[in-house]
Amino acid sequence: MRAFDYVRAGDTAEALREAGGAETRFIAGGTNLLDLMKLEVMAPGKLVDINRLDLGGIEATGEGGLRIGALVTNSDLAADARVRRDWPVLSRALLAGASGQLRNKATTGGNLLQRTRCYYFYDRGEPCNKREPGSGCAARDGMNRILAILGTSEHCIATHPSDMAVAMRALGARVEVEGQGGAREIALEDFYRLPGDTPHIETVLEPGQLITAVILPPPAGGRQIYRKVRDRSSYAFALVSVAAVVAVENGRIAKAQLAFGGLGPMPWRDADVEDALVGETPSAALFDRAADILLAEAKGHGGNDFKIPLTRRTLAAVLTQATEADQ
Amino acid sequence: MQFQLDVNGERHALDLDTRTSLLDALRDHLGLTGSKKGCDHGQCGACTVMVNGRRINSCLTLACMHEGDEITTIEGLGRPDDLSPLQRAFVEHDGYQCGYCTPGQICSATAMIEEIKAGWPSNVTDDLEAQVEASIEEISERMSGNLCRCSCYPGIVDAIRQVAREEARA
Repeated sequence: MRAFDYVRAGDTAEALREAGGAETRFIAGGTNLLDLMKLEVMAPGKLVDINRLDLGGIEATGEGGLRIGALVTNSDLAADARVRRDWPVLSRALLAGASGQLRNKATTGGNLLQRTRCYYFYDRGEPCNKREPGSGCAARDGMNRILAILGTSEHCIATHPSDMAVAMRALGARVEVEGQGGAREIALEDFYRLPGDTPHIETVLEPGQLITAVILPPPAGGRQIYRKVRDRSSYAFALVSVAAVVAVENGRIAKAQLAFGGLGPMPWRDADVEDALVGETPSAALFDRAADILLAEAKGHGGNDFKIPLTRRTLAAVLTQATEADQ
Repeated sequence: MQFQLDVNGERHALDLDTRTSLLDALRDHLGLTGSKKGCDHGQCGACTVMVNGRRINSCLTLACMHEGDEITTIEGLGRPDDLSPLQRAFVEHDGYQCGYCTPGQICSATAMIEEIKAGWPSNVTDDLEAQVEASIEEISERMSGNLCRCSCYPGIVDAIRQVAREEARA
Protein backbone atom coordinates (compact mmCIF):
# COMPACT_ATOMS: atom_id res chain seq x y z
CA MET A 1 0.00 0.00 0.00
CA ARG A 2 1.26 3.49 -0.81
CA ALA A 3 1.61 5.97 2.03
CA PHE A 4 -1.18 8.50 2.53
CA ASP A 5 -2.18 11.28 4.89
CA TYR A 6 -5.12 10.56 7.15
CA VAL A 7 -7.60 13.12 8.44
CA ARG A 8 -10.59 12.37 10.62
CA ALA A 9 -13.33 14.90 9.86
CA GLY A 10 -15.67 15.95 12.65
CA ASP A 11 -18.51 17.18 10.48
CA THR A 12 -19.57 17.49 6.85
CA ALA A 13 -18.19 21.02 6.43
CA GLU A 14 -14.78 19.90 7.64
CA ALA A 15 -14.88 16.81 5.40
CA LEU A 16 -15.65 18.94 2.35
CA ARG A 17 -12.89 21.42 3.24
CA GLU A 18 -10.37 18.61 3.57
CA ALA A 19 -11.43 17.00 0.30
CA GLY A 20 -9.85 19.45 -2.11
CA GLY A 21 -7.45 17.85 -4.58
CA ALA A 22 -7.79 14.94 -6.95
CA GLU A 23 -5.62 12.68 -4.78
CA THR A 24 -8.08 12.73 -1.89
CA ARG A 25 -10.68 10.06 -1.16
CA PHE A 26 -13.34 9.86 1.51
CA ILE A 27 -13.27 6.66 3.54
CA ALA A 28 -16.30 5.22 5.34
CA GLY A 29 -16.47 1.40 5.65
CA GLY A 30 -13.38 1.04 3.51
CA THR A 31 -14.15 -2.57 2.59
CA ASN A 32 -13.57 -1.98 -1.13
CA LEU A 33 -11.24 1.04 -1.04
CA LEU A 34 -8.69 -0.54 1.32
CA ASP A 35 -8.76 -3.77 -0.64
CA LEU A 36 -7.91 -1.81 -3.79
CA MET A 37 -5.29 0.25 -1.96
CA LYS A 38 -3.53 -2.92 -0.78
CA LEU A 39 -3.20 -3.92 -4.42
CA GLU A 40 -2.23 -0.35 -5.36
CA VAL A 41 -5.06 -0.31 -7.90
CA MET A 42 -6.07 2.83 -6.05
CA ALA A 43 -3.44 4.98 -4.39
CA PRO A 44 -4.94 8.14 -2.89
CA GLY A 45 -2.49 10.59 -1.33
CA LYS A 46 -4.96 11.48 1.39
CA LEU A 47 -7.90 9.81 3.12
CA VAL A 48 -10.62 11.82 4.80
CA ASP A 49 -12.35 9.58 7.36
CA ILE A 50 -16.05 10.49 7.41
CA ASN A 51 -17.18 7.96 10.02
CA ARG A 52 -17.69 10.66 12.68
CA LEU A 53 -20.08 12.63 10.45
CA ASP A 54 -23.73 12.74 11.45
CA LEU A 55 -24.93 10.71 8.46
CA GLY A 56 -25.98 7.51 10.21
CA GLY A 57 -29.76 7.78 10.56
CA ILE A 58 -32.79 6.52 8.65
CA GLU A 59 -35.64 9.02 8.76
CA ALA A 60 -39.12 9.20 7.28
CA THR A 61 -39.49 11.90 4.64
CA GLY A 62 -42.45 14.28 4.29
CA GLU A 63 -43.60 12.50 1.14
CA GLY A 64 -43.77 9.13 2.92
CA GLY A 65 -40.42 7.80 1.82
CA LEU A 66 -37.17 7.25 3.67
CA ARG A 67 -33.97 9.25 3.88
CA ILE A 68 -31.10 6.83 4.43
CA GLY A 69 -27.93 8.48 5.74
CA ALA A 70 -24.82 7.70 3.70
CA LEU A 71 -23.14 6.05 6.70
CA VAL A 72 -25.99 3.62 7.46
CA THR A 73 -24.43 0.18 7.23
CA ASN A 74 -25.77 -2.44 4.86
CA SER A 75 -26.66 -4.55 7.93
CA ASP A 76 -28.67 -1.83 9.61
CA LEU A 77 -30.48 -0.92 6.41
CA ALA A 78 -31.39 -4.54 5.64
CA ALA A 79 -32.68 -5.06 9.20
CA ASP A 80 -34.64 -1.79 9.45
CA ALA A 81 -38.25 -2.70 10.24
CA ARG A 82 -39.64 -0.11 7.80
CA VAL A 83 -37.46 -1.31 4.96
CA ARG A 84 -38.37 -4.95 5.63
CA ARG A 85 -42.07 -4.12 5.60
CA ASP A 86 -42.41 -1.47 2.89
CA TRP A 87 -39.34 -1.79 0.64
CA PRO A 88 -38.60 -5.53 1.00
CA VAL A 89 -36.79 -5.76 -2.34
CA LEU A 90 -34.09 -3.54 -0.80
CA SER A 91 -33.67 -5.76 2.27
CA ARG A 92 -33.51 -8.80 0.03
CA ALA A 93 -30.88 -7.27 -2.24
CA LEU A 94 -28.70 -6.20 0.69
CA LEU A 95 -28.94 -9.62 2.32
CA ALA A 96 -27.95 -11.26 -0.95
CA GLY A 97 -24.68 -9.31 -1.00
CA ALA A 98 -21.29 -9.93 0.62
CA SER A 99 -20.93 -11.53 4.08
CA GLY A 100 -22.14 -10.68 7.58
CA GLN A 101 -18.79 -9.08 8.43
CA LEU A 102 -18.72 -6.94 5.28
CA ARG A 103 -22.34 -5.83 5.61
CA ASN A 104 -21.53 -4.62 9.14
CA LYS A 105 -18.88 -2.28 7.77
CA ALA A 106 -20.05 -1.39 4.24
CA THR A 107 -22.13 1.78 4.05
CA THR A 108 -24.96 3.00 1.85
CA GLY A 109 -22.85 5.69 0.15
CA GLY A 110 -19.84 3.44 -0.27
CA ASN A 111 -21.89 0.61 -1.72
CA LEU A 112 -23.07 2.92 -4.51
CA LEU A 113 -19.45 3.84 -5.28
CA GLN A 114 -17.85 0.39 -5.11
CA ARG A 115 -15.68 -0.52 -8.05
CA THR A 116 -16.04 -3.34 -10.53
CA ARG A 117 -14.72 -6.81 -9.73
CA CYS A 118 -13.36 -7.27 -13.28
CA TYR A 119 -10.22 -9.41 -12.84
CA TYR A 120 -8.21 -7.13 -15.12
CA PHE A 121 -9.06 -4.03 -13.12
CA TYR A 122 -7.49 -5.76 -10.10
CA ASP A 123 -4.46 -7.10 -11.98
CA ARG A 124 -1.85 -4.37 -12.43
CA GLY A 125 0.08 -6.59 -14.82
CA GLU A 126 -2.73 -6.31 -17.41
CA PRO A 127 -4.02 -3.34 -19.40
CA CYS A 128 -7.25 -1.79 -18.11
CA ASN A 129 -8.72 1.49 -19.29
CA LYS A 130 -10.58 1.93 -16.04
CA ARG A 131 -7.45 1.58 -13.90
CA GLU A 132 -5.07 3.22 -16.36
CA PRO A 133 -6.86 5.27 -19.05
CA GLY A 134 -5.61 4.54 -22.54
CA SER A 135 -3.85 1.28 -21.65
CA GLY A 136 -6.45 -0.96 -23.34
CA CYS A 137 -8.92 -3.61 -22.21
CA ALA A 138 -7.68 -7.13 -21.54
CA ALA A 139 -11.16 -8.33 -20.62
CA ARG A 140 -12.73 -8.14 -24.08
CA ASP A 141 -10.67 -11.06 -25.32
CA GLY A 142 -9.90 -12.45 -21.88
CA MET A 143 -11.76 -14.14 -19.06
CA ASN A 144 -14.98 -12.20 -19.25
CA ARG A 145 -17.43 -14.69 -17.81
CA ILE A 146 -18.57 -12.27 -15.07
CA LEU A 147 -18.60 -9.14 -17.23
CA ALA A 148 -21.19 -6.99 -18.97
CA ILE A 149 -23.42 -7.58 -21.98
CA LEU A 150 -25.24 -4.21 -22.00
CA GLY A 151 -23.94 -0.65 -22.05
CA THR A 152 -20.36 -1.65 -22.80
CA SER A 153 -17.91 0.09 -25.10
CA GLU A 154 -14.80 -1.07 -26.91
CA HIS A 155 -12.89 0.47 -24.01
CA CYS A 156 -14.57 -1.33 -21.10
CA ILE A 157 -16.96 -4.21 -20.41
CA ALA A 158 -16.93 -4.00 -16.60
CA THR A 159 -20.07 -4.55 -14.52
CA HIS A 160 -21.17 -2.59 -11.49
CA PRO A 161 -21.13 -5.20 -8.70
CA SER A 162 -23.72 -3.85 -6.25
CA ASP A 163 -26.91 -5.67 -5.30
CA MET A 164 -28.20 -2.78 -3.17
CA ALA A 165 -28.03 -0.31 -6.06
CA VAL A 166 -30.08 -2.63 -8.27
CA ALA A 167 -32.96 -2.62 -5.79
CA MET A 168 -32.63 1.14 -5.34
CA ARG A 169 -32.79 1.60 -9.10
CA ALA A 170 -36.00 -0.44 -9.28
CA LEU A 171 -37.43 1.67 -6.45
CA GLY A 172 -36.56 4.98 -8.14
CA ALA A 173 -34.15 6.19 -5.44
CA ARG A 174 -32.37 9.54 -5.46
CA VAL A 175 -28.87 10.34 -4.24
CA GLU A 176 -28.27 13.38 -2.05
CA VAL A 177 -24.89 14.94 -2.69
CA GLU A 178 -23.05 17.77 -0.98
CA GLY A 179 -20.05 19.75 -2.20
CA GLN A 180 -18.45 23.15 -1.74
CA GLY A 181 -21.13 24.50 -4.08
CA GLY A 182 -23.99 23.28 -1.86
CA ALA A 183 -26.31 20.28 -1.80
CA ARG A 184 -28.30 18.69 -4.60
CA GLU A 185 -30.24 15.53 -5.41
CA ILE A 186 -29.47 13.28 -8.35
CA ALA A 187 -31.84 10.55 -9.53
CA LEU A 188 -30.03 7.21 -9.37
CA GLU A 189 -30.76 6.79 -13.08
CA ASP A 190 -28.65 9.89 -13.75
CA PHE A 191 -25.95 9.07 -11.21
CA TYR A 192 -23.86 6.55 -13.15
CA ARG A 193 -22.13 7.10 -16.48
CA LEU A 194 -21.71 4.66 -19.32
CA PRO A 195 -18.03 3.84 -19.94
CA GLY A 196 -17.73 5.22 -23.50
CA ASP A 197 -14.09 6.20 -23.91
CA THR A 198 -13.72 7.32 -20.27
CA PRO A 199 -14.44 4.19 -18.22
CA HIS A 200 -12.40 5.56 -15.31
CA ILE A 201 -15.17 8.13 -14.72
CA GLU A 202 -18.04 6.10 -13.30
CA THR A 203 -20.48 8.63 -11.84
CA VAL A 204 -21.48 12.26 -12.21
CA LEU A 205 -19.97 13.08 -8.79
CA GLU A 206 -17.39 15.80 -9.04
CA PRO A 207 -14.10 15.63 -7.13
CA GLY A 208 -14.68 16.58 -3.52
CA GLN A 209 -18.42 15.90 -3.60
CA LEU A 210 -19.79 13.67 -0.88
CA ILE A 211 -22.85 11.42 -0.89
CA THR A 212 -24.82 12.37 2.22
CA ALA A 213 -27.97 10.24 1.80
CA VAL A 214 -30.14 8.12 -0.44
CA ILE A 215 -33.82 9.01 -0.67
CA LEU A 216 -36.41 6.31 -1.23
CA PRO A 217 -39.76 7.42 -2.65
CA PRO A 218 -42.93 6.29 -0.83
CA PRO A 219 -43.57 2.52 -0.73
CA ALA A 220 -44.24 1.15 -4.20
CA GLY A 221 -46.39 -1.75 -2.99
CA GLY A 222 -46.84 -4.68 -5.34
CA ARG A 223 -44.93 -7.90 -5.06
CA GLN A 224 -41.24 -7.32 -4.52
CA ILE A 225 -38.60 -9.85 -5.50
CA TYR A 226 -34.81 -9.87 -5.68
CA ARG A 227 -33.51 -12.89 -7.57
CA LYS A 228 -29.75 -13.33 -7.74
CA VAL A 229 -28.09 -16.00 -9.86
CA ARG A 230 -24.48 -16.70 -8.89
CA ASP A 231 -21.81 -19.37 -8.83
CA ARG A 232 -22.23 -20.10 -5.09
CA SER A 233 -25.40 -19.82 -3.08
CA SER A 234 -23.82 -17.33 -0.66
CA TYR A 235 -21.05 -14.73 -0.62
CA ALA A 236 -20.62 -14.34 -4.39
CA PHE A 237 -21.27 -11.56 -6.87
CA ALA A 238 -24.24 -11.78 -9.22
CA LEU A 239 -23.92 -13.24 -12.68
CA VAL A 240 -27.42 -11.95 -13.28
CA SER A 241 -29.83 -10.40 -10.81
CA VAL A 242 -33.31 -8.97 -11.11
CA ALA A 243 -35.02 -6.56 -8.71
CA ALA A 244 -38.74 -6.48 -9.38
CA VAL A 245 -41.66 -4.45 -8.07
CA VAL A 246 -44.73 -5.81 -9.85
CA ALA A 247 -48.44 -5.38 -9.28
CA VAL A 248 -51.31 -7.20 -11.02
CA GLU A 249 -54.83 -5.77 -11.06
CA ASN A 250 -57.84 -7.45 -12.66
CA GLY A 251 -55.61 -9.98 -14.37
CA ARG A 252 -53.37 -7.38 -15.97
CA ILE A 253 -49.97 -6.05 -15.01
CA ALA A 254 -50.54 -2.64 -13.43
CA LYS A 255 -46.98 -1.90 -12.39
CA ALA A 256 -43.60 -3.25 -13.43
CA GLN A 257 -40.43 -1.67 -12.09
CA LEU A 258 -37.48 -3.85 -13.05
CA ALA A 259 -33.76 -3.36 -12.56
CA PHE A 260 -30.94 -5.74 -13.40
CA GLY A 261 -27.53 -6.46 -11.90
CA GLY A 262 -24.57 -8.24 -13.47
CA LEU A 263 -25.50 -7.05 -16.97
CA GLY A 264 -24.04 -3.58 -17.30
CA PRO A 265 -21.71 -0.90 -15.99
CA MET A 266 -24.55 0.42 -13.82
CA PRO A 267 -27.70 -1.06 -12.30
CA TRP A 268 -29.70 -1.47 -15.49
CA ARG A 269 -33.28 -0.36 -16.07
CA ASP A 270 -35.11 -0.16 -19.37
CA ALA A 271 -38.37 1.78 -19.59
CA ASP A 272 -39.30 0.04 -22.86
CA VAL A 273 -39.33 -3.32 -21.07
CA GLU A 274 -41.66 -1.99 -18.40
CA ASP A 275 -43.94 -0.29 -20.96
CA ALA A 276 -44.27 -3.58 -22.84
CA LEU A 277 -45.49 -5.32 -19.68
CA VAL A 278 -47.87 -2.78 -18.19
CA GLY A 279 -51.49 -3.26 -19.22
CA GLU A 280 -50.89 -6.79 -20.50
CA THR A 281 -52.03 -10.18 -19.27
CA PRO A 282 -49.12 -12.14 -17.81
CA SER A 283 -47.97 -14.99 -20.05
CA ALA A 284 -44.80 -16.80 -21.02
CA ALA A 285 -45.01 -15.19 -24.46
CA LEU A 286 -45.24 -11.72 -22.92
CA PHE A 287 -42.25 -12.33 -20.66
CA ASP A 288 -40.28 -13.55 -23.67
CA ARG A 289 -41.17 -10.35 -25.55
CA ALA A 290 -39.97 -8.29 -22.56
CA ALA A 291 -36.67 -10.18 -22.65
CA ASP A 292 -36.38 -9.53 -26.40
CA ILE A 293 -36.62 -5.80 -25.73
CA LEU A 294 -34.21 -5.88 -22.79
CA LEU A 295 -31.63 -7.90 -24.70
CA ALA A 296 -32.03 -6.34 -28.17
CA GLU A 297 -28.62 -4.66 -27.90
CA ALA A 298 -26.97 -7.31 -25.71
CA LYS A 299 -23.51 -8.33 -26.81
CA GLY A 300 -21.54 -11.26 -25.43
CA HIS A 301 -17.75 -11.41 -25.48
CA GLY A 302 -17.31 -15.17 -25.54
CA GLY A 303 -17.04 -16.14 -21.90
CA ASN A 304 -20.16 -14.23 -20.93
CA ASP A 305 -22.39 -15.21 -23.87
CA PHE A 306 -24.32 -17.43 -21.48
CA LYS A 307 -25.62 -14.36 -19.66
CA ILE A 308 -27.97 -13.58 -22.55
CA PRO A 309 -30.10 -16.76 -22.22
CA LEU A 310 -29.58 -16.72 -18.45
CA THR A 311 -31.06 -13.22 -18.24
CA ARG A 312 -34.02 -14.28 -20.37
CA ARG A 313 -34.76 -17.21 -18.07
CA THR A 314 -34.20 -15.30 -14.86
CA LEU A 315 -36.53 -12.52 -16.00
CA ALA A 316 -39.20 -15.06 -16.96
CA ALA A 317 -38.85 -16.81 -13.59
CA VAL A 318 -39.13 -13.56 -11.66
CA LEU A 319 -42.12 -12.30 -13.66
CA THR A 320 -43.86 -15.66 -13.32
CA GLN A 321 -43.40 -15.59 -9.56
CA ALA A 322 -44.39 -11.93 -9.35
CA THR A 323 -47.64 -12.38 -11.27
CA GLU A 324 -48.81 -15.74 -9.90
CA ALA A 325 -52.27 -15.64 -8.41
CA ASP A 326 -52.67 -16.00 -4.62
CA GLN A 327 -49.38 -16.16 -2.84
CA MET B 1 0.25 8.60 13.80
CA GLN B 2 -0.50 8.48 17.53
CA PHE B 3 -3.80 7.05 18.71
CA GLN B 4 -5.33 4.79 21.32
CA LEU B 5 -7.10 1.47 20.94
CA ASP B 6 -9.40 -0.14 23.50
CA VAL B 7 -8.99 -3.88 23.15
CA ASN B 8 -10.58 -6.47 25.45
CA GLY B 9 -11.14 -3.79 28.09
CA GLU B 10 -7.58 -2.45 28.05
CA ARG B 11 -6.43 0.85 26.58
CA HIS B 12 -3.25 0.90 24.49
CA ALA B 13 -1.33 3.93 23.21
CA LEU B 14 0.06 3.31 19.73
CA ASP B 15 2.21 5.21 17.27
CA LEU B 16 1.77 3.51 13.90
CA ASP B 17 1.96 4.13 10.18
CA THR B 18 -1.53 5.14 8.93
CA ARG B 19 -1.44 2.10 6.62
CA THR B 20 -1.54 -0.36 9.53
CA SER B 21 -4.65 -2.52 9.38
CA LEU B 22 -6.49 -3.25 12.61
CA LEU B 23 -5.42 -6.87 12.20
CA ASP B 24 -1.72 -5.99 11.96
CA ALA B 25 -2.01 -3.62 14.92
CA LEU B 26 -3.53 -6.41 17.03
CA ARG B 27 -1.08 -9.10 15.97
CA ASP B 28 2.20 -7.25 15.44
CA HIS B 29 1.95 -4.38 17.89
CA LEU B 30 -0.28 -5.63 20.72
CA GLY B 31 0.81 -9.26 20.67
CA LEU B 32 -2.75 -10.52 20.25
CA THR B 33 -2.04 -13.25 17.72
CA GLY B 34 -5.34 -15.07 18.13
CA SER B 35 -6.83 -13.14 15.21
CA LYS B 36 -5.38 -14.73 12.08
CA LYS B 37 -4.32 -13.42 8.69
CA GLY B 38 -5.64 -15.66 5.94
CA CYS B 39 -6.35 -13.81 2.70
CA ASP B 40 -5.87 -10.23 3.98
CA HIS B 41 -8.67 -9.21 1.56
CA GLY B 42 -11.88 -9.82 3.52
CA GLN B 43 -12.65 -13.08 1.79
CA CYS B 44 -11.82 -15.75 4.39
CA GLY B 45 -12.97 -14.37 7.76
CA ALA B 46 -9.94 -15.64 9.75
CA CYS B 47 -9.33 -12.08 10.99
CA THR B 48 -12.87 -11.55 12.32
CA VAL B 49 -13.08 -9.47 15.51
CA MET B 50 -15.91 -7.55 17.13
CA VAL B 51 -16.03 -3.76 17.12
CA ASN B 52 -18.68 -2.33 19.42
CA GLY B 53 -20.24 -5.80 19.47
CA ARG B 54 -20.36 -6.20 15.70
CA ARG B 55 -18.26 -8.65 13.74
CA ILE B 56 -16.01 -7.19 11.06
CA ASN B 57 -12.97 -8.22 9.01
CA SER B 58 -10.06 -6.61 10.87
CA CYS B 59 -7.87 -6.87 7.74
CA LEU B 60 -10.11 -4.46 5.82
CA THR B 61 -10.04 -1.55 8.20
CA LEU B 62 -7.33 0.82 9.41
CA ALA B 63 -6.30 0.69 13.04
CA CYS B 64 -6.26 4.50 13.28
CA MET B 65 -9.98 4.62 12.36
CA HIS B 66 -10.92 2.81 15.59
CA GLU B 67 -9.97 5.22 18.35
CA GLY B 68 -12.80 5.17 20.88
CA ASP B 69 -14.23 1.88 19.65
CA GLU B 70 -14.54 -1.17 21.88
CA ILE B 71 -12.62 -3.98 20.21
CA THR B 72 -13.03 -7.60 21.26
CA THR B 73 -10.75 -10.36 19.99
CA ILE B 74 -10.75 -14.08 20.68
CA GLU B 75 -8.46 -13.39 23.66
CA GLY B 76 -11.24 -11.28 25.15
CA LEU B 77 -13.91 -13.95 24.82
CA GLY B 78 -12.38 -16.65 27.01
CA ARG B 79 -9.22 -18.13 28.43
CA PRO B 80 -7.91 -21.71 28.49
CA ASP B 81 -9.23 -22.11 32.05
CA ASP B 82 -12.43 -20.20 31.40
CA LEU B 83 -13.77 -20.96 27.92
CA SER B 84 -16.67 -19.07 26.41
CA PRO B 85 -19.78 -21.16 25.61
CA LEU B 86 -18.84 -21.22 21.91
CA GLN B 87 -15.24 -22.15 22.62
CA ARG B 88 -16.47 -25.07 24.76
CA ALA B 89 -18.97 -26.10 22.07
CA PHE B 90 -16.31 -26.07 19.34
CA VAL B 91 -14.22 -28.48 21.44
CA GLU B 92 -17.22 -30.66 22.19
CA HIS B 93 -18.37 -30.86 18.55
CA ASP B 94 -14.91 -31.09 17.01
CA GLY B 95 -15.48 -27.84 15.11
CA TYR B 96 -11.95 -27.60 13.75
CA GLN B 97 -9.02 -29.55 12.45
CA CYS B 98 -5.96 -27.31 11.95
CA GLY B 99 -7.56 -24.55 14.01
CA TYR B 100 -6.36 -21.62 11.92
CA CYS B 101 -9.85 -20.31 11.10
CA THR B 102 -11.24 -21.09 14.57
CA PRO B 103 -10.72 -17.72 16.33
CA GLY B 104 -12.43 -15.97 13.42
CA GLN B 105 -15.21 -18.56 13.37
CA ILE B 106 -15.84 -18.09 17.10
CA CYS B 107 -15.73 -14.28 17.05
CA SER B 108 -18.03 -14.31 14.03
CA ALA B 109 -20.47 -16.78 15.59
CA THR B 110 -20.51 -14.92 18.91
CA ALA B 111 -21.71 -11.75 17.18
CA MET B 112 -23.91 -13.67 14.72
CA ILE B 113 -25.94 -15.20 17.57
CA GLU B 114 -26.61 -11.65 18.77
CA GLU B 115 -27.77 -10.70 15.26
CA ILE B 116 -30.28 -13.56 15.34
CA LYS B 117 -31.45 -12.47 18.80
CA ALA B 118 -31.91 -8.93 17.45
CA GLY B 119 -34.18 -10.36 14.76
CA TRP B 120 -31.98 -9.62 11.76
CA PRO B 121 -33.16 -11.58 8.71
CA SER B 122 -30.78 -13.32 6.30
CA ASN B 123 -30.78 -14.24 2.64
CA VAL B 124 -32.46 -17.58 3.44
CA THR B 125 -35.14 -16.19 5.77
CA ASP B 126 -38.56 -16.81 4.21
CA ASP B 127 -40.47 -14.12 6.05
CA LEU B 128 -38.49 -10.89 6.48
CA GLU B 129 -40.62 -9.89 9.45
CA ALA B 130 -40.76 -13.17 11.41
CA GLN B 131 -38.47 -14.15 14.30
CA VAL B 132 -35.57 -16.23 13.03
CA GLU B 133 -34.59 -19.70 14.25
CA ALA B 134 -30.94 -20.75 14.33
CA SER B 135 -31.47 -23.54 11.80
CA ILE B 136 -28.67 -25.27 9.93
CA GLU B 137 -29.60 -23.33 6.80
CA GLU B 138 -29.62 -19.99 8.64
CA ILE B 139 -26.29 -20.67 10.35
CA SER B 140 -24.63 -21.78 7.10
CA GLU B 141 -25.79 -18.64 5.30
CA ARG B 142 -24.85 -16.29 8.12
CA MET B 143 -21.40 -17.86 8.52
CA SER B 144 -20.55 -17.80 4.80
CA GLY B 145 -17.93 -15.11 5.43
CA ASN B 146 -15.82 -17.62 7.42
CA LEU B 147 -14.08 -20.28 5.39
CA CYS B 148 -12.68 -23.50 6.84
CA ARG B 149 -10.31 -25.18 4.41
CA CYS B 150 -10.29 -28.35 6.54
CA SER B 151 -14.02 -28.29 5.86
CA CYS B 152 -15.12 -28.86 9.44
CA TYR B 153 -18.42 -27.18 8.68
CA PRO B 154 -20.69 -29.90 10.15
CA GLY B 155 -18.97 -29.59 13.55
CA ILE B 156 -18.90 -25.80 13.33
CA VAL B 157 -22.62 -25.64 12.59
CA ASP B 158 -23.44 -28.12 15.38
CA ALA B 159 -21.42 -26.12 17.90
CA ILE B 160 -23.05 -22.82 16.94
CA ARG B 161 -26.50 -24.36 16.89
CA GLN B 162 -26.11 -25.75 20.38
CA VAL B 163 -25.05 -22.40 21.84
CA ALA B 164 -27.70 -20.45 19.91
CA ARG B 165 -30.35 -22.79 21.32
CA GLU B 166 -29.00 -22.55 24.86
CA GLU B 167 -29.00 -18.77 24.64
CA ALA B 168 -32.49 -18.66 23.15
CA ARG B 169 -33.72 -20.66 26.14
CA ALA B 170 -31.85 -18.52 28.67
